[in-house]
Amino acid sequence: MQKHRSLLRTLAWAVPVAIALTAAPHVVGPFQTLTLLYGLVFGIAVLGFNLLLGYTGLLSFGHSAYFGAGAYTVAFMVKYFKIASMELFLAGSVLVSVIISLLFGVVCVRYTKIFFGILTLALSQVLWSLAFKFFWVTGGTDGLRIPTPSLLGAPPGADKMEFLTFQYYYYVLAIFTVCVIVMWVIVHSPFGKALQAIRDNETRAEFIGIRIRRYRLIAFVVSGAFAGVAGALWAPLNGLATPDVLVWTFSGEIVFMAVLGGFNSFIGPIVGAVAFTYLKTYAVGFTVYWQLLLGTVLVVLVLALPKGIMGMVELLVAKVRRPR
Amino acid sequence: MEFLVIHGLNALLYSSVLFLIAGGLSLIYGVMRIINLAHGNLYAIGAFVTAWTIGTASAAGAPNAVLLLLLPTGAIVAAAVGAILEPTLLRPFYKRPEEYQLLVTFGLLMVLEDLIHLVWGPNPLSAGRVYENFGSITIGGARYPAYNLAVIAVGIIAALFLWAFIYRTRFGIVLRATSQNMRMASALGVNVNRIYIQAFTIGCFMAGLGGAIVVPGQSAVLGMGVDALILSFVVVVIGGLGSLEGAFAGALIVGLVREAGVALFPEVELAVLYLIAAIVLFVRPAGLFGRA
Repeated sequence: MQKHRSLLRTLAWAVPVAIALTAAPHVVGPFQTLTLLYGLVFGIAVLGFNLLLGYTGLLSFGHSAYFGAGAYTVAFMVKYFKIASMELFLAGSVLVSVIISLLFGVVCVRYTKIFFGILTLALSQVLWSLAFKFFWVTGGTDGLRIPTPSLLGAPPGADKMEFLTFQYYYYVLAIFTVCVIVMWVIVHSPFGKALQAIRDNETRAEFIGIRIRRYRLIAFVVSGAFAGVAGALWAPLNGLATPDVLVWTFSGEIVFMAVLGGFNSFIGPIVGAVAFTYLKTYAVGFTVYWQLLLGTVLVVLVLALPKGIMGMVELLVAKVRRPR
Repeated sequence: MEFLVIHGLNALLYSSVLFLIAGGLSLIYGVMRIINLAHGNLYAIGAFVTAWTIGTASAAGAPNAVLLLLLPTGAIVAAAVGAILEPTLLRPFYKRPEEYQLLVTFGLLMVLEDLIHLVWGPNPLSAGRVYENFGSITIGGARYPAYNLAVIAVGIIAALFLWAFIYRTRFGIVLRATSQNMRMASALGVNVNRIYIQAFTIGCFMAGLGGAIVVPGQSAVLGMGVDALILSFVVVVIGGLGSLEGAFAGALIVGLVREAGVALFPEVELAVLYLIAAIVLFVRPAGLFGRA
């Protein structure tokens, strides 16, 4: 009974959101659709990121590495193997980001807290420096061009904007939905509960027989794979893979998104990713000093609203339910 | 021979500046257990302030001695910024999880980065006249800029001074006591808030000094702080977070490897540094001089 009620409650907001997301390209203009598209792509990355921060209690400052690995895998597949199929891009990106997050994870999960943060950061900078320095392979700061891919074997139309805001939008939306469902299953599985136990009390979790380091490593790799998927989807959207997606300040933006939405809730990271994308798009259009604006927002957020947008919504809902 | 002398001196030059930045970062961590992601920006502030004051004075026709006296302005301003930031922005975070400290300093990084842009504009600033005034000297058949030797000297003096300060003064004892056990120190009558401001200010002063002495030799550019921060992370990871000896050793290692890298393997120079850091972590998880 309890389970049914929570399912109903979930459906009560999930269905309208799904309808709104499906209708968006037909209702709002191409610019809005593109911004939303970026938001959804980042949403997948932040969803993965939050498996570490929100559920395992590890703050990674290096998720640009796995996102960038996904994007660069697509770029390399285009440049060196002349591949154009989005499905192959996704498969390749997941494979590469899993390998890289496994390698980095083995080193990083030996540590927690601040050390984990600066280690993930430092390791992500290795990839950045390689992309930056090996310019004859990676194109250096010029980056690598990524043409519009074929989706499910169908070649893209001639109009790139049309392609991105319709076919590609629905393609991303479908993968986004799959990712959300997969993550939902993961965090509600025994494995997800074990991660939360590790987050809440490492010693107790160890005493009940959870192999902490292995669980953390698996979470790390899953998290990296999500970021890799997001990177792969981002690449054709942006049309260019540059070292900017590998640099650690981009990792900082991923953290920012999670905090903005609220990393204590399941959908907080997604809300944060979409909100951040809008915030940044408008801030950049509004002033060259957008970092000043966003930095101030982050400081105020951490000082006054550590639970982010979703925390605020919960507070409001509670107030409405129990009016005084 | 010339090759070795020049590259050896360059490595020391680089190590000196890195020690100032990373030493400040490590000192702050050692006392307050926070990592200041905006630390690199304080180095950048030091560089910009010094470049600006010397550039302005130089344009006004100030004599060389005055220019030299203006060199520490960057360090003083960085220290002042630190003294303002610690009680206002960081203090509310000591009792909260460490993640929030990283986040707030990341926000601070974004703000300071753009404030530098706002105040000094997008163009590089330099204080080249001081550098030129020092001229160059010949060592082992190689001509070397005398100013760079002065920077090396400042790095060594700063290291000695800090060592004496922390291990040979009363303030140093209180500082170390606070670092070991903040609650106990507080119970014994140490004013922990004051120690925190002082430690943070000294750390920022060191970063600012690093920026100030670097700027006659090279321009102050936007983004220099973020680059410096990453290298200081490598230094403190190798040397051990919170240890000054570690920062010293780490800065020397990173300086040497970087200089060798620039000369011999420029593409993977940064990757080799991180590889060394990763190996150190595997062998000694707390770093060469860190306490586990």
